[in-house]
Amino acid sequence: MEPAFHRGDLLFLTNRIEDPIRVGEIVVFRIEGREIPIVHRVLKIHEKQSGDIKFLTKGDNNAVDDRGLYKQGQHWLEKKDVVGRARGFVPYIGIVTILMNDYPKFKYAVLFLLGLFVLVHRE
Amino acid sequence: MKGAWPHVCYSRTRKNVEDFTGPRERSDLGFITFDITADLQTIFDWNVKQLFLYLSAEYSTKNNALNQVVLWDKIILRGDNPKLLLKDMKSKYYFFDDGNGLKGNRNVTLTLSWNVVPNAGILPLVTGSGHVSVPFPDAYETTKSY
Repeated sequence: MEPAFHRGDLLFLTNRIEDPIRVGEIVVFRIEGREIPIVHRVLKIHEKQSGDIKFLTKGDNNAVDDRGLYKQGQHWLEKKDVVGRARGFVPYIGIVTILMNDYPKFKYAVLFLLGLFVLVHRE
Repeated sequence: MKGAWPHVCYSRTRKNVEDFTGPRERSDLGFITFDITADLQTIFDWNVKQLFLYLSAEYSTKNNALNQVVLWDKIILRGDNPKLLLKDMKSKYYFFDDGNGLKGNRNVTLTLSWNVVPNAGILPLVTGSGHVSVPFPDAYETTKSY
């Protein structure tokens, strides 16, 4: 979802079932059978009188919509696929965790320094 | 909330084709050409990083009580020219209906909205005041005109 969000930003989500899904909203959804949730924007909705809704998403920076990401034969997302709605965010917060995951040496350095800190402060 | 007083004009036609973007049923495909005039300067305060601006069509059909389709969008970064003067724009995304609900539909409403992306904080979705109604014709266009 660049340029709005980048890897390491912290997103605040709500997941009230009563909140209607409308175009322009940023939703976090999971595709059946996949573990990693996706944060994209709602591009199209078709909602029945009953409240049943089917909708299409697209990442802001992508040229095409998410149909290529959905399950084989799946053309739409439904309410049950939604994990949350993005309401706010704070940038950069997650960077330290990501660096520790991507660079184990950095993680050991952090742990080492923390250990040192604990030892030095033991009065 | 501050307004942007956008101004949208349009012209439109309609065809009935297989929805090649996904579901392969014959559905109405709308073509809209539009102009947008807007000054977004007042929306950019100290905490605004960018705006995600989008033009959407909203309408009701026999199949679906509510349909919303984003026709066009644009990311406006802090520092970009906030004054938009767009003429004869074609929609960025195919305006397929879920069925044949555009035929003779007199109540398709175009609205300009924007998602404010702050440097940090809440992500509000704002709809511009003023919207345009686009009545679709009863007949299908048979010649290629887009």
